[in-house]
Amino acid sequence: MTRHANLTHLQRLEAEAMHIICEVVAESERPVMLYSVGKDSAVMLHLARKAFYPSPPPFPLLHVDTTWKFKAMYELRDTMAEQAGMDLIVYQNPEAAERGINPFDHGPLHTDMWKTEGLKQALNKHQFDAAFGGARRDEEKSRAKERILSFRTASHGWDPKTQRPELWNTYNAKKKKGESIRVFPISNWTELDVWQYIQLENIPIVPLYFAAIRPTVERDGMLIMVDDDRFPLKEDEAPRMRSIRFRTLGCYPLTGAVESEASSLAEVIQETLLTTTSERQGRSIDQDEQGTGMEKKKQEGYF
Amino acid sequence: MADQPSKAVVYKTEALIADNIDAYLDQHQHKTMLRFITCGSVDDGKSTLIGRLLYDSKMIFEDQLAALEQDSKRSGTQGENIDFALLVDGLAAEREQGITIDVAYRFFNTERRKFIVADCPGHEQYTRNMVTGASTADLAVILVDARKGILVQTRRHSYLCHLLGIRHLVLAVNKMDLVDYSQETFEMIVADYAKFAKTIGIDSFVAIPISGFKGDNITAAPSKNTAWYHGPALIDHLESVQIDLDFVREQPFRMPVQLVKRPDLDFRGFSGLIASGTVKPGDLIRVLPSGKTSSIQSIVTFAGVLDEAVAGQHVTLTLTEEIECSRGSVLATADNSPQVADQFEATVIWLSDEDLHVGRSYWLKLGTQTVSASVMQPKYEVDVNTMEHLAAKTLSLNEIGVAEILTDKSVVFEPYAENRMLGGFILIDKVTNATVGAGMLHFSLRRSQNVHWQPTTITRADHAAMKNQTPRVLWFTGLSGSGKSTIANEVEQRLNLMNRHTFLLDGDNVRHGLNKDLGFAEADRIENIRRVGEVTKLMAEAGLIVLTAFISPFRAERRMVRDMLAEHEFIEIFVDTPIEIAEKRDVKGLYKKAREGKLKNFTGIDSPYEPPENPEIRVNTVDMSAGEAASHIIRSILPLK
Repeated sequence: MTRHANLTHLQRLEAEAMHIICEVVAESERPVMLYSVGKDSAVMLHLARKAFYPSPPPFPLLHVDTTWKFKAMYELRDTMAEQAGMDLIVYQNPEAAERGINPFDHGPLHTDMWKTEGLKQALNKHQFDAAFGGARRDEEKSRAKERILSFRTASHGWDPKTQRPELWNTYNAKKKKGESIRVFPISNWTELDVWQYIQLENIPIVPLYFAAIRPTVERDGMLIMVDDDRFPLKEDEAPRMRSIRFRTLGCYPLTGAVESEASSLAEVIQETLLTTTSERQGRSIDQDEQGTGMEKKKQEGYF
Repeated sequence: MADQPSKAVVYKTEALIADNIDAYLDQHQHKTMLRFITCGSVDDGKSTLIGRLLYDSKMIFEDQLAALEQDSKRSGTQGENIDFALLVDGLAAEREQGITIDVAYRFFNTERRKFIVADCPGHEQYTRNMVTGASTADLAVILVDARKGILVQTRRHSYLCHLLGIRHLVLAVNKMDLVDYSQETFEMIVADYAKFAKTIGIDSFVAIPISGFKGDNITAAPSKNTAWYHGPALIDHLESVQIDLDFVREQPFRMPVQLVKRPDLDFRGFSGLIASGTVKPGDLIRVLPSGKTSSIQSIVTFAGVLDEAVAGQHVTLTLTEEIECSRGSVLATADNSPQVADQFEATVIWLSDEDLHVGRSYWLKLGTQTVSASVMQPKYEVDVNTMEHLAAKTLSLNEIGVAEILTDKSVVFEPYAENRMLGGFILIDKVTNATVGAGMLHFSLRRSQNVHWQPTTITRADHAAMKNQTPRVLWFTGLSGSGKSTIANEVEQRLNLMNRHTFLLDGDNVRHGLNKDLGFAEADRIENIRRVGEVTKLMAEAGLIVLTAFISPFRAERRMVRDMLAEHEFIEIFVDTPIEIAEKRDVKGLYKKAREGKLKNFTGIDSPYEPPENPEIRVNTVDMSAGEAASHIIRSILPLK
């Protein structure tokens, strides 16, 4: 770097995140990193690797699987864990599996059982007392108000009224047995920051973020990609090939694609900046109950 | 220009993004970052201003805007206009009550900088949330309603911002549109504020007349309506002030050690965030608190070794010598290193619903150091509305005072005014783990520098060996009349028969001498146990088996004594007699007096007893006699050799 050049915003955000990750590792017994394979997870994993270099990060990755993620996500997940030299724990809620919970027949129950319940079960099973997550404050209104270290009760609940004051970069990671903290090292990053950092650091991401010709159908105004033969096509319905990409990734039947020709990172960023809708619009999870959907989910233990 | 919403007028970036994304990315990549807070009275228009900044810099998307328009119609306060406040008040309770409760962080960019805005609540009961936002800010925008001028809240917020070390203050006189953009009004408010600012030590501030609602002097100045104004627009000012990090980079090098990395036998690196200054390989450094010196061998990062690292970077340093250095140590320039002390004066902000317990042991976390600390009775409390100094016995939620702090171990520190990272600390309750206070160190107390440990030749092990026993502290706790003294007395007699060297400290007896200056208020009870703890510790060091019989009602103090002693030395014996039984016995007639209101602060009646959660031994005098209880205790603690 140039002598005495001012640090850029990305350098500062990077240092802040590395500091948070190291601090939590130093002060907790069993940390874990929630790894959803999305672009935010990719950045968070990269930051953890940087923070602990030359050692691998001293905690496992946890993927709370719904069995309905895109195929390409499962592929990248396994490659990245191996590259980072970290253990990968894949958890699927056995009750959801047994009852065959799926996004087509069960609506909100799908997210509740596989994700929220699955996450709580996985954290309890392994007795993790600190879990890193890739949520950002620019994503959603209740996230904008959450601390970097978000304290959770033994039942994983979040109480926005009793958040611990969080001064300077002095984090209080103390908790009783059974209680845990959720940690958001990239709280202060925006969507643009994440994209630019991926570009500057050459971080591998799922190819679905780039436009390609893919089989799609339209459902409730969203373009859904038919990723495997579990997708219940209507009679006489055939998937249509469209040039699409995804702004966020989740369960494929619940994730809306955008029509796009952006096949390079620069083009994706360009589209992101010129777009007129927010990133989470492609997700059905936030759009219920008059804008308090996410706050309520978080109180129940959702990340 | 400022009359209509200046949607894409000022940020020329949109064209650049469309025409040359690479050039835009290059520009964006090199932006610096400024963190600021907005504060002011309830209706001064903070949220509207932030909404305006986001809107003007196109950080609001269409779907959010559509939702906002709907919300504005349903619960907005701006008639047909968009209520920007709804955009930032994110919690359900906030939207219902129409007030901001917690800090909300928002982000926007201009061509030169990325900004993180902490929108802070104005109400006094949310002061703790405001200091959270202020602690990381480079700059504060203090909003004033032009129609109302300087209010009590304006003064309080200015004081807090100044207290937390924010170096740039902007007085944004808002709602100028509602006073016909009157220059006279603006200047009167500025003069008023200047007078006040001087009294609390604020040297300089920048005053800007704005309308968050209409957009005047936000992105360009002067607006058509304020031709008389000659200062910068708000955004221009935000883009040009010096960032705190660039200021501390010019200070001497300091890095609190976060982690020691030992991936293999050949590598030993010290990681952390550089708090101030710069560092290069070859630099001579000092490790504190040990005071040993060494030189920097290399600066290791994932991307390769660096020639230099600066404040704000997170790096791993290797040293040329193998010297003692662990988490909590501080690496510093050898010829200019920070101080080490265990007694300080500090400003303390109380953040908990439960009052400060003077003398109680809390965790104090400063940088990467965590020690036990107690806060003495405040020298004074500051009335945050009038800045008056008031006498205070303790501090309650949102109160601010100046007090002495004692720590059980030496702390490496710098005055807060010089370095936020090495001068700011939080206090954590040892039982609930809540963050209950925050503080800013002023200076170390001279007496702490002059009192040193005198090493003695005969050690505690020698004392114990001479007596042929293992020292122990048998700490009896329980309600008045539970049987503590009776059982302790019985245990001591039996130990004496076994030729053990013992001493029994009894609550009533100690209060006749050592602690005769103490009453029964909570602070006195805490001090009572602290002194007994210190005496117990000396006796254990002399090799004795110490028995204590004190109600010792609070977990935190019992914990404090446990922490003072060597591992396994403290044996907590809970004399678990129910209050009904103890009260029925009432040997000293104290319960009767307490019930009649003649005795205040009596444990179990009008003062709480916190039973031990995991006592080493539990006995009672209902199911067993004092003799049986004593036998049980003796069996549990033998052999003691």
